[in-house]
Amino acid sequence: MNMSSLVRSGGANIMMPFILVYGFYIVVHGHLTPPGGGFQGGAVIATAVVLLMVAYSRAEVRASVSKNVLKNSETLGLLLFIGTALLALTAGLAFFGNWLLDAGTLFGTPVAFGINPPGDINTGGIIPVLNIAVGIEVLGAMGILLLAMLGGMKGDAE
Amino acid sequence: MIELIVHILLLAGLVISACMVWYMDDLISAAIAFGAFSFLLSLEFLMLQAPDVAIAEAGIGAGLTTAIFVIAIRGTDKDGGCV
Repeated sequence: MNMSSLVRSGGANIMMPFILVYGFYIVVHGHLTPPGGGFQGGAVIATAVVLLMVAYSRAEVRASVSKNVLKNSETLGLLLFIGTALLALTAGLAFFGNWLLDAGTLFGTPVAFGINPPGDINTGGIIPVLNIAVGIEVLGAMGILLLAMLGGMKGDAE
Repeated sequence: MIELIVHILLLAGLVISACMVWYMDDLISAAIAFGAFSFLLSLEFLMLQAPDVAIAEAGIGAGLTTAIFVIAIRGTDKDGGCV
């Protein structure tokens, strides 16, 4: 291993957890903070895949990022999204009805009408669930896009 | 007042980086100038109080699109064929 690849991989190893934590923060706090939501957080997480491709050679990227895992995560996100919407029908609500709102369970703390002090993550009903589903889906889609672009090259990505 | 100065600086930087994309002969340099354009545009969105759009622009424009451009430029030669 020469010196420049050591610097690249070391810097990527230091940066990677911060990018991942920031992306997951944006996804999970999507219903509380203005710069939030599944799409933006998924795009931020996908830039971690970009960093991996910049820092490591093509064989190492192929060994650590699997195309099947990304494909399955995209399918899982879409199924979670539409399944959450369909479960509202069993609760007697309309399609996409908020069946978790004020239920006291997951994301179900009741919130008084009007302006509340922000910061309680355990609110919002199905909206955080839909945000997490969109985040998983966008992460898979962006990652598989980048892997497909990298797979079209004949030489190494060095 | 300070807000107006930052606006003017950001918009001047946007015009300069957009002209650099057209001016550069090297394709890699043009892709990097386009990444700088996206970054300045996301800062301008933040100044206009749209942090939602700003973080999407920073993630998609400055991160993913630049990487896709660089990968595509490295995979082709100057005449457009595969390397």
